[in-house]
Amino acid sequence: MLDNCNSNEVSEKRCYRCASREDVELAQNTIIETITECGYDQPACFAIRLALEEAVNNAVKHGNRGYADKTVALSCQIGKSQVVIDVEDEGAGFDPASVPDPTRTENVEIPAGRGIMLMRAFMTDVEFLEVGNHVRMTYKRSG
Amino acid sequence: MASTASRLRVTEKDDITRIEFVDRNILDEANIQRIGEEISEIVDAQSHPKLLINFSNVDHLSSAALGTLITINNKIRSKDGQMRLVNIDPQIYEVFVITKLNKLFQIHDTIEDGVASFT
Repeated sequence: MLDNCNSNEVSEKRCYRCASREDVELAQNTIIETITECGYDQPACFAIRLALEEAVNNAVKHGNRGYADKTVALSCQIGKSQVVIDVEDEGAGFDPASVPDPTRTENVEIPAGRGIMLMRAFMTDVEFLEVGNHVRMTYKRSG
Repeated sequence: MASTASRLRVTEKDDITRIEFVDRNILDEANIQRIGEEISEIVDAQSHPKLLINFSNVDHLSSAALGTLITINNKIRSKDGQMRLVNIDPQIYEVFVITKLNKLFQIHDTIEDGVASFT
């Protein structure tokens, strides 16, 4: 349990270096358990788990091109009013503006390209940093 | 280590193949790939497949799972078949709405409604 769950301060940043799917699941489960302990409700946990999964999948699949010899750095700061998650891969990055809109008629039957849209829909703020190999996602608790 | 057991429960009734998921979280890409391969084998074995996919056990689903559903739907349509999705949790349904896949797929509240919708 984080000491400052009930304060307005953001927790110390916790970092996880993921070299396998098992590492990713352990980190994700720890983050979800912690935000639940901090009083975030079920819809918040659903949103954060989905966004985390999409960000890590993109980092592994498109950034690192798999797990071999590369890791995904995942870090999380949890406070009373917001959760900030950083996911960084070792890839060359990309331009998020170049990702086609998956809801356009010509794209709707293409079986890929929806991860960023879901991250943006379920988190309060999503920004791509550096060359695009680092995404910072913020969930702000309403009320 | 990943299990090699099927990730699906499959039953046949009245010419309709009913599929349920073993896992509550359909998130891991490797797992999703296996699910896609298992369902593709079912589709391949039928001339005009009718698939009813039941999400009653599912708590979480990623965009990779949506991609697999699109691939399966395309395959079924190429064989003049039909696919129905039923019992989707409201939060997961929101994922279909955001991506507008609720307009691509035929989604019903209950198994009974899904079964009745096959032509």
